[in-house]
Amino acid sequence: MPFPLPMLFSAAWSVFVKDLLSELRTRYALNAMLLFAASTAVAVSLGAQFLGTRRDDETFLLQSALLWIALLFAALNGLSRSFVQEEETRTALALRLAAPPIAVYLGKLLFNLVLLLMLDVVTSLLFIIFVRVQVDNIGLFITLLAAGSLCLTTATTILAAIIARASFKSALFAVVAFPLLMPPLIIVIQGTALALAGAPWADGLMHLRTLLSYAVATFVASLLLFGFVWEA
Amino acid sequence: MDNTLRLDLHNIAANYGARRVLQQITLTLHQCETLVVSGANGSGKSTLLRLLSGLQQPASGTIHYHYQGTCYTPRQAMHLLGWVAPDLALYRELTGRENLRFFAAVRGLQCSDTQLDELLAQVGLAGRGDDRVACYSSGMTHRLRYAYALLHHPPVLLLDEPTVTLDEYGVAVVARVVEMQRTFGITIIATNDARELRFGDYVLTLDTA
Repeated sequence: MPFPLPMLFSAAWSVFVKDLLSELRTRYALNAMLLFAASTAVAVSLGAQFLGTRRDDETFLLQSALLWIALLFAALNGLSRSFVQEEETRTALALRLAAPPIAVYLGKLLFNLVLLLMLDVVTSLLFIIFVRVQVDNIGLFITLLAAGSLCLTTATTILAAIIARASFKSALFAVVAFPLLMPPLIIVIQGTALALAGAPWADGLMHLRTLLSYAVATFVASLLLFGFVWEA
Repeated sequence: MDNTLRLDLHNIAANYGARRVLQQITLTLHQCETLVVSGANGSGKSTLLRLLSGLQQPASGTIHYHYQGTCYTPRQAMHLLGWVAPDLALYRELTGRENLRFFAAVRGLQCSDTQLDELLAQVGLAGRGDDRVACYSSGMTHRLRYAYALLHHPPVLLLDEPTVTLDEYGVAVVARVVEMQRTFGITIIATNDARELRFGDYVLTLDTA
């Protein structure tokens, strides 16, 4: 039976709230992601102290690449949990029978996005404090961080749904995600380096446009595919 | 409005890899009828219920629900179906009431806490709605599965091993649920328990051959 749009959004919000409540009570993904981000920031600060003292184009690129590597691996650690846990605890059956597939996808996408944005804030602060990264165009930096996270979330949410019922989930997730995430990662690393160097907004606009196009394309493809993936 | 309900299965078969577990199942059930599916372990009882709930696709054949003048496949009919089975898991980190509130919300139902408490009381979980499911016994978890299945007053109730892990009171609850369902809907029960054959207007016996 087709769901009216307001009811679909309401169901998606319920999935998001349920996932958030479950995560706050179990902290399956949150602890793993935060621990990964913190250990990366501390390791980089201890192993490459020179990064905080130099201010040239190569250093900005290096700082940006390290920040996004930390975010990527923390995200790969945590973002697959929302679907994998539904399959492992076998609650996916109850959800399949009760919720419209699109509501499940939208709820889980929103949950992953919120989780990743929280991780962005924590990781960026850790890099600023420990690695002494200086951000000269804060507005562009925050916008690129949000756009890059949107790309990571749209791509990894549908991948998590696909691999949730497979064996060797975590290994498969990283292998499948790698080629899909490389294009936006390269763009966002270059864009973030510009923001760290204090480049004007106009210089970062091309990067933002590309990232948003990628996010829209993966989001639309996910909406079209999710029903088949979820009910397979 | 046409409120009649009918379930048609035509020449249903199901496979697990090369092994065929069900074949040539053809039947029609009407409103207020109860079918009991019995048979040995591995004869395909649970598989038949999974096909009826849309959780699994048949290798061949068709399943249609006809309700209020509209024809639905199992996947289109989730608003008509209530499914209880031992492998139906609910969220252990949420309380019983939170589980029901969540499933009501995703079904687009507006249920007050009072209505949810009444449903919990109906299945014998009065006063336990605020406990996390992780703290429930296996029997209590099974009762919560009934609350999940009855939340939207489904005209079709699919019960796989309906009284497994339940105590005497729980068995009486199931008997009441089946009797109530008989007044307006269809019930299909898959069981090995000979005592549950009494629920059926018809008995379908599956064999493993």
